Amino acid sequence: MNQVVFLEPALAIQLALAIPALGTVLIALTGRWPNLRDTLMVATAVAMFTMVLQVLPEVLAGGRPGVTLFELFPGLRIAFEVEPLGMLFGLIASGLWIITSLYAIGYMRGAGEANHTRFHACFAVALFAAVGIAFAQNMFTLFIFYEILTISTYPLVAHKQNVAAKMGARTYIGLLLGTSIGFQLVAIIATWWMTGSLDFTDGGIMEGHVGYGMGALLLVLYMYGIGKAALMPFHRWLPSAMVAPTPVSALLHAVAVVKAGVFTVLKVATYLFGLDYLSNLWTTEVIMYIAAFSLLAASTVALQKDNLKARLAYSTVSQLSYITLGAMLVSQLATIGGGMHIAMHAFGKITLFFCAGAIYVASKKTNISEMDGIGRRMPFTMGAFLLGALCVIGAPPMGGLWSKWHLVVGAADAGQVLMIFVFMISTLLNIAYLLTPVVRAFMLPPTDGYKGGIKEAPLLCVVPLSITALGCVALFFIADPLRNMLAGIFAG
Amino acid sequence: MDLLIQHLPALQVVLPMLAAPIVMLMARAPRLAWAATTLTTWLTLGVSILLVQQVLLHGSISYHMGGWVPPVGIEYFVDPANIVVLLIISLMGAISMPFALRSVEQEVDKAKHGLFYAAFLLANCGLLGITITGDAFNIFVFFEISALASYALIAMGKDRRAVMSSYQYLVMGTVGTTFLLIGIGFMYIMTGTLNLIDLAQRLPEVNDTGTIRAAFAFLVVGISLKLALFPLHLWLPNAYTYAPSMITVFLSATATKVAIYVLLRIIFSVFGYEFSFSELNLGYVLMPLAMLGILIPSIVAIFQTNIKRMLAYSSVAQVGYMILGVSFASTLGLMASVVHLFNHAVTKAALFMALACIIYRVGGVSLDRMAGIAKQMPWTMAAFVLAGLSLIGIPLTVGFVTKWHLLLAALEGGLWPVAVFLLGTSLLATIYIWKVVEAAYLKEPAEGAQPVREAPMSLLLPTWALTVACLYFGIDTSLPVDLANRAAETLMGGYL
Repeated sequence: MNQVVFLEPALAIQLALAIPALGTVLIALTGRWPNLRDTLMVATAVAMFTMVLQVLPEVLAGGRPGVTLFELFPGLRIAFEVEPLGMLFGLIASGLWIITSLYAIGYMRGAGEANHTRFHACFAVALFAAVGIAFAQNMFTLFIFYEILTISTYPLVAHKQNVAAKMGARTYIGLLLGTSIGFQLVAIIATWWMTGSLDFTDGGIMEGHVGYGMGALLLVLYMYGIGKAALMPFHRWLPSAMVAPTPVSALLHAVAVVKAGVFTVLKVATYLFGLDYLSNLWTTEVIMYIAAFSLLAASTVALQKDNLKARLAYSTVSQLSYITLGAMLVSQLATIGGGMHIAMHAFGKITLFFCAGAIYVASKKTNISEMDGIGRRMPFTMGAFLLGALCVIGAPPMGGLWSKWHLVVGAADAGQVLMIFVFMISTLLNIAYLLTPVVRAFMLPPTDGYKGGIKEAPLLCVVPLSITALGCVALFFIADPLRNMLAGIFAG
Repeated sequence: MDLLIQHLPALQVVLPMLAAPIVMLMARAPRLAWAATTLTTWLTLGVSILLVQQVLLHGSISYHMGGWVPPVGIEYFVDPANIVVLLIISLMGAISMPFALRSVEQEVDKAKHGLFYAAFLLANCGLLGITITGDAFNIFVFFEISALASYALIAMGKDRRAVMSSYQYLVMGTVGTTFLLIGIGFMYIMTGTLNLIDLAQRLPEVNDTGTIRAAFAFLVVGISLKLALFPLHLWLPNAYTYAPSMITVFLSATATKVAIYVLLRIIFSVFGYEFSFSELNLGYVLMPLAMLGILIPSIVAIFQTNIKRMLAYSSVAQVGYMILGVSFASTLGLMASVVHLFNHAVTKAALFMALACIIYRVGGVSLDRMAGIAKQMPWTMAAFVLAGLSLIGIPLTVGFVTKWHLLLAALEGGLWPVAVFLLGTSLLATIYIWKVVEAAYLKEPAEGAQPVREAPMSLLLPTWALTVACLYFGIDTSLPVDLANRAAETLMGGYL
């Protein structure tokens, strides 16, 4: 590890933000030369990941490197500080961007999409925002990057510029901006007004400043204000976002955007409210039940969706609620489990979306009912789909096992027996809706009478999805260091 | 140098006033007229900056016009409250002149350039005069000077509707200044003085008379007409829409701001906080009007297809924000209002300049003519987007500085619903700015539309100077916040 570390963490943090920002400009300027532009994009992703990696050793050693950029008014800062949760999210977002950027080149060219330059430039802005969220030292900074992320992904959702894309994008931005300004910003300002601080602090900042009644209200405002966590009934934007090209659904709407949402939920719960304070609020349990409902309802809806991406989207809504639920269990184990689930679900779901995109590029098919027998034609893709599905389900030997394990043990720890059953039922539903496509793909004869041999999507699609599928397996074995790092949340 | 410093307050007004007739004589050499005007505005800005320096170093300046001692003579009074406004006016005059050259050449008949610039200088002089003078009757006179010049300027717009809208403005503006004159007359009857400081001292004795209350009402309503407080704003959208682009830039950044300053002067310095807010409960009148004035014009703005008109309605809404700050009747709220004078001037001027760039190339700014424009004019649209973010009040722009202080002021007053209202209305601004962004970036140009080039440098540079200011002062907030704090404290303290 030490060989690759050559920068001070504070400088690395700034560069991790500056590189994608600069990358955006370069991508925009080199639009006339597609090969140069795409090379620059991959280079940006690699450079950014390298910078994020520079911060890792210090965080592993228990440090919290940080840097303050500006102070707008006394106490209100644009500042960054990397703690274990942010480290994890930053690594995942920037690491998976490298793979996605390769995949995006293959997909965008293979599927004959237009406006590549705008697409890749907005993608870079979105990653800039995601890392800003990951590294934010206070809620104000986080909020700014949260909004940049919303706005920069709008052109990506509306990418096809047809009526469906525009309607979808309108729902997308309307719900995300509406909840963030209508609820989250109100909660942030109220927090600032009552506590005089927005810094993420160990043990929270509310205790002693905000009464439990007010705190209960604030919790609801935060949980619904963080629309990116897709807690029902404000989840509609996520299925709407599926009109976007698949690389967007894969990295942004399975990883960066939605994980930014649940990441914020975990941050707010642990560093603004603090677990002790949270356990005194009556709405904590209410939100927990809403998350449980959201979790089961979304799984049930997913079961009925024939469009593969729509099914995956509802599956994501369900999986996000795992993490929100984990935060609301008010147990250290469940919080760590929620943090781990960010990583595990990221790898599993990005694989699934990559596969959906590869199928689209190779055969233009989007519905599961049309995919019978497609495993014979695309064995690698569907094999990877199986691994990704198992990871999301939480079956060994996939990383997903560990996060669900911690969440269930956390529920037991918190004495919420009902929640253990919720997790279990949901797992059964996951099996039902994620494994049926695999079974149909391999077991049933092709409906379209396809007789040719193996005909996969372009290599730039297949290789990335194979890598992430193998990542799901690898996470099974490296879960322990991950857990140890996340345990650092409560070390302070 | 000492002599110069000593006469700075007079120079501030006299420079543009004397330059105006000279420029008018240059009717045959439009470029020379432009150059002379530019020089004058830059000198005026220099005077303003020196005045800021003097006030910050030595405190308020009282200048006796012609050496006559007040209250007999006319006094010019510069203190931390009006220095901000002086700076805004002269800054906007100076920055819109380089912009004017190409824009005015295209939009205004060449034969009228001398008159145009002369009228511009007079408008400038009038606004500066209103702000700097310490004499009530003088305020009226300068109001008329700036108003008459503005009517002429607006009527010079290319569109024939400009004449009609100028006439509309003339009628409404005259009603406003007449009310102002009546109010001043009443005060003079009761106190026998026109000097503002003198008035502030003598008014408390006659406070509880009907005459003074009537004077107060006339003044507030008259000035509210000039500052386009909802529902007295009807003149504004047309005037801004049909005026020559450069005049829209200048007036949107200065005219309503100056009227707001006068309102603040009258209610805080002359009548005093006690009388205005404790006795007459002005806050209860202003707050609902301000809130309606934010809400309704913002909604109307959403439905506009002419973007210049959309921004004009947005200006009415922004006046609402400034008045809302005043209605909190607290130093923090007042500070938010004063800082918004500056913030909105910079933001709206940048937006109107970006539109002027598009008008220069495309000829109009209706939504369908702006379809796909971002590819052809990337720099102009980028400036529009950034300034638009400031208008919405996104953090790291000046707009946020205002919103933040307004919110804190609302919370300080225990007005939770108002705080939520403020956030909700930001969403309305988001919608109308977004409409433009969507058209410019995501739509394809209409069939048969002529492709255009990026705007020339002389238009782009001032636009970007203001856009960068929107961002810079949103990050390094100390200068505007500090000046606004001083101004608010000065106003709250009254003259005494």
